[in-house]
Amino acid sequence: MERMPGWADVVLVPLISLIIAFAISGAVIWAIGESPVEALTVMIEGSVGSTYGWGYTLYYATNFIFTGLAVSVAFHAGLFNIGGEGQATLGGLGVALASLFVPWPHWSLALLGAATAAALFGAAWAAMPAWLQARRGSHIVITTIMFNFIAASLLNYLLVNVLRPPGSMDPASARFPETTNLPGLDAVLGLVGIPFSDATPANVSLLIALAACALVWALIWRTRLGYQIRAFGKSERAAVYAGISPVRITMWAMVISGALAGLMAVNTVQGEANRLLLNSVEGAGFIGIAVALMGRSHPFGVLLAAILFGFLYQGGAELALWTSIPRELIVVIQALVILFTGALDNMVRQPVEQAFLLLRRKGP
Amino acid sequence: MDFGTLIQILDSTIRLATPLLLACMAGLYSERAGIFDIGLEGKMLAAAFLSAATAFVTGNVWLGLVAGIAASLALSAIHGLASITFRGNQLISGVAINFLASGLTVLLAQNWFGLGGRTPSLEGDARFAEIRLPFADALSGVPVLGPVYADLISGHSVLVYVAFLVVPASAWLLYRTRFGLRLRAVGENPAAVDTAGVSVRGIRYAAVMICGVLCGLAGTYLATALAAGFGREMTAGKGYIALAALIFAKWRPWYALGACLLFGLLEALAIRYQSIDLGVVALPVQFMQALPYVLTVVILAGFVGKAIPPRAGGEPYVKER
Repeated sequence: MERMPGWADVVLVPLISLIIAFAISGAVIWAIGESPVEALTVMIEGSVGSTYGWGYTLYYATNFIFTGLAVSVAFHAGLFNIGGEGQATLGGLGVALASLFVPWPHWSLALLGAATAAALFGAAWAAMPAWLQARRGSHIVITTIMFNFIAASLLNYLLVNVLRPPGSMDPASARFPETTNLPGLDAVLGLVGIPFSDATPANVSLLIALAACALVWALIWRTRLGYQIRAFGKSERAAVYAGISPVRITMWAMVISGALAGLMAVNTVQGEANRLLLNSVEGAGFIGIAVALMGRSHPFGVLLAAILFGFLYQGGAELALWTSIPRELIVVIQALVILFTGALDNMVRQPVEQAFLLLRRKGP
Repeated sequence: MDFGTLIQILDSTIRLATPLLLACMAGLYSERAGIFDIGLEGKMLAAAFLSAATAFVTGNVWLGLVAGIAASLALSAIHGLASITFRGNQLISGVAINFLASGLTVLLAQNWFGLGGRTPSLEGDARFAEIRLPFADALSGVPVLGPVYADLISGHSVLVYVAFLVVPASAWLLYRTRFGLRLRAVGENPAAVDTAGVSVRGIRYAAVMICGVLCGLAGTYLATALAAGFGREMTAGKGYIALAALIFAKWRPWYALGACLLFGLLEALAIRYQSIDLGVVALPVQFMQALPYVLTVVILAGFVGKAIPPRAGGEPYVKER
């Protein structure tokens, strides 16, 4: 028996969770002696009030689309990939190596090469925990956490000892050649005649992110592999009975997940910094968890959730600039969103289900 | 390496192992009762902040300790609510708790003290002082044993001794008492415990709360004994190292002591030496930092012994009607 209609599950429950999370965030703002309404106004004006604001919002959203999709694909297979951070770190390494050591004649080829390298490196970093889970039974959550830290140490070592140009004190790679720099979103939108600020880091990788949304949708709901991934995620025993190999699905789901997380680096490393920095991921791997939970692991939901988090990120930066509310407010909001849409989902869901049951009894 | 240096490194090993040990034992209670806890990091961080803030305002480190434990317990209560009462995903709850602590501590620190997310430095009674054990000064002249007693065993804050006492106490509690048996049973086969008429929820909540108290101790130690005040993100992954140590120890108290001392030693070496020259190859400092995680992956993969987690770990218990 369906306890409640589909739209309630997909829209109503996340919306209520979101409202609770924002209400508590508002209470936090109020508790530290600031006005929640004023804070919201500053955030909205700073993030979507101008094309400059939109540029940053979309730049952050691009990161979160990739990491959100990464977590979603793993979720569909019943796997919790908490290692997006490490996979994106390795993706950054791939982008840097491809951009620094291959003489690309044009940015489009550089984008293709760097994206391939990013996806391969991210996939490889996810493949190891996947193999350990599938073959050796080690818990994927723990191994991916460990791989996050190992990735951070590895990158630290490579930046300090190998990639750092001679004479430089920064633990960062050399600047990438001019030909690898990606055109900004203003250039893309300029082609269709939309004026857009040229001072933002938003770039063509947004289009790759949108394409990734469509591809992930097609993969999960329109291919045999996607069907097997979903079947495996719903019930491992039923999937095995149907002849689906757990090892194969675990590997594929995690490799795709890692590749998506790795692709994030194209946006940050190639699109924005133009060199590899120590912490270019900046927690986007973890935000992917919140984005996937809120988007109910559906690419369209992920897209909306990613834009919402992009708005929160840019709005948070504006808050720190114009008010005395620190940027960390965003981390609190993010935590509350994860808590209410993820861990406390049943707390919201049960009353909604009961309400629908009551309505049904009264009805015909 | 001379004897004096060795004593120094071992001394700093004990100091660095203490927060790991407390957090590791905290995780042990929770996970042995079937509640995964990747929120150790967040609980430590919250405790570190509130203990330092309270100790600074009141000038009394003991009040700081109470506040630190309270902060950690509050987050434990959220974890319990999400994973026991509402049968949510324990891992996701842990992630949320880590972010909540990470954001709230800096937000409140900035709001209360305006120092960019840290508390003012603690002095005097606002910190845990080092305890000189009896005869430490008298015996320090004795060769070998003297320095070991005076510098290595004596001269730590009270929380260090508490941490080392938690190990035998936990081993006794878990393996020699009725509560311990039930706690372990709840983590292996909750239905059996339920059949015996014992509340699965009650035992699990108790375990999660014990976990909260121990994380509170760990965080308080970080901010008021190891350092003199709270700094943003001061736990710096220690909660995850503790988690690694727990797996390394295969969820057993005495093994946890060994694992935490080993990881403490690695940290002490990484702080003291930029790289370690083994003659054939020089190990970079980053390698030392990554070693606990690499070792944990190897152990978890079952290449060196097999780490088998509690069977009912991570699964909410649904009582049959």
